Amino acid sequence: MYAQMVESGQAGTSDQDKAFQDKIDRNVRIEPRDWMPEGYRKTLIRQISQHAHSEIVGQLPEGNWITRAPSLQRKAILLAKVQDEAGHGLYLYCAAETLGVSRDELTEQLLSGKAKYSSIFNYPTLTWADVGMIGWLVDGAAIMNQVPLQRCSYGPYSRAMIRVCKEESFHQRQGFDIVRALVEGTEDQKAMAQDALNRWWWPAIMMFGPPDADSTHSEQSMKWGIKLNSNDELRQKFVDQTVPQAEWLGLTLPDPDLKWNEDRQSYDFGTPDWDEFFNVIKGNGICNRERLDARNKAWDDGAWFREGLMAHAEKTTKQNIAAE
Amino acid sequence: MSPFATFCLRMGDNALILGQRTGEWCGHAPVLEEDIAFANMGLDLIGQTQLWYGMVSDELGKSPDDLAFFRGEREFLNTLLVEQPNTDFAHALMRQYLFDAWHLPMLDGLTGSTNADVAALAEKSVKEVRYHIDRSRDLIVRLGDGSPESHDRMQAALDWLWPFTADLLARDAADDTLVAEGMIPAAAPVQQAFDWETAETFARATLTAPDGPRRTGGRTGNHSEHMGYLLAVMQSVPRAHPGAHW
Ligand SMILES: [Fe+2]
Ligand SMILES: [Fe+2]
Repeated sequence: MYAQMVESGQAGTSDQDKAFQDKIDRNVRIEPRDWMPEGYRKTLIRQISQHAHSEIVGQLPEGNWITRAPSLQRKAILLAKVQDEAGHGLYLYCAAETLGVSRDELTEQLLSGKAKYSSIFNYPTLTWADVGMIGWLVDGAAIMNQVPLQRCSYGPYSRAMIRVCKEESFHQRQGFDIVRALVEGTEDQKAMAQDALNRWWWPAIMMFGPPDADSTHSEQSMKWGIKLNSNDELRQKFVDQTVPQAEWLGLTLPDPDLKWNEDRQSYDFGTPDWDEFFNVIKGNGICNRERLDARNKAWDDGAWFREGLMAHAEKTTKQNIAAE
Repeated sequence: MSPFATFCLRMGDNALILGQRTGEWCGHAPVLEEDIAFANMGLDLIGQTQLWYGMVSDELGKSPDDLAFFRGEREFLNTLLVEQPNTDFAHALMRQYLFDAWHLPMLDGLTGSTNADVAALAEKSVKEVRYHIDRSRDLIVRLGDGSPESHDRMQAALDWLWPFTADLLARDAADDTLVAEGMIPAAAPVQQAFDWETAETFARATLTAPDGPRRTGGRTGNHSEHMGYLLAVMQSVPRAHPGAHW
């Protein structure tokens, strides 16, 4: 997901900890001024900041196509989408700030490579069809995870998710519509769509994180109400939702093991290449270096801009004091 | 081409080419707020492009997308200013501000156009552009009167871009015809508003507009060498698939 493999802190055993857990069990939202266990606070910071970083880095693969969008309307929609993603990053950094960590600290962690972001954004966007796939599949997968998080235990995060989800479902519809236009188009366009699906399907499936059996950190996060469904549950839901859409589009999902299971009333599907997933998480994906380089370059090239604004603010403060 | 079509293409081309340059910043701006602001301005500009092209689509027998993606560089009538590259963020901000300083009085004048469609288009766009100039003016002042480095970068951007403002303000026979018909504002009030706006802002920003030669040509299809590359990127997908719908 946008926050994959978030390391979870430990719960304490004090009376305060018990009272806290009791509040969560009664579905009482935790607000910034409320007491919270250190583990809860740290886990949330990791989760929210990973999510925020994913929104920020996620601008890059799609931003790659803003200058080349093939119609004025598609260009406008893509600009609006990338603008939304930057806005999501902003709300999420604000939500993280309520837990006592600054945006600058979090940015520093992203730029140094210390903080993680979603594995999905380390794949390249090679053709226009990739922009459609990101909207349809990546935003689609993000919604699966974020809709339940609207009910998560931490107030500012749950409220950020409510705003974000409205926009994500618009993104998904737009992505689907890009793909629809391609499959209704020329043979070349249709081939472009199928090729993009072949490349994006498995990375999208892996967005939900490792299988539950290998997912060591989930249990405490679920108790705390900051992870609401298991990775495999969400993955299954995503597959079940997406298969009929692919069929409607006349595209073939690149999984020979995919078939309807009458007993489970769900699709069975194959096993992703988890070695590839862990390799991308470790920083060895196709675009890991490019993404971090681009963010570092933007930050370094913009240093004079940020310093210039600070210098102006200092001058203005001094003038105001002198005038008093 | 009629004077009216020439005028609409010039307006639409300015918006498209500046929107294209603006869109290049997505994900690469110095702070998140600027990523958002640039995407937002780009979005407004592409919307304005669609409206201006829509205005002349029938006369020219070309859809707005054909006008954007299937004309060559000699057929684009945007000013030289908007095609200037994103050398650094100072260039991007200064280009935006100089354009806004002309765009606002131009659109303001167009809200009184004898052509009701033009007046309505201007009415809608002028609101967006008022917001653009509030932002760009504020940043010009703060960065001009900021640190020594931010001052020097803003001054260098102004030195580079100022000569192209002549192209923004230039007028020709097609414009004269439209002024006589009450379709577009006369040159003088637009020029005056531009002069006041920039003089006051640069004084506050401790920046100086340079003397020296002025550059024109974009409005008649005589562009800088940047233009061909910009179009090659922007038009690559539709041109690789002629006749396709997207
Ligand atoms: Fe998002
Ligand atoms: Fe999205």
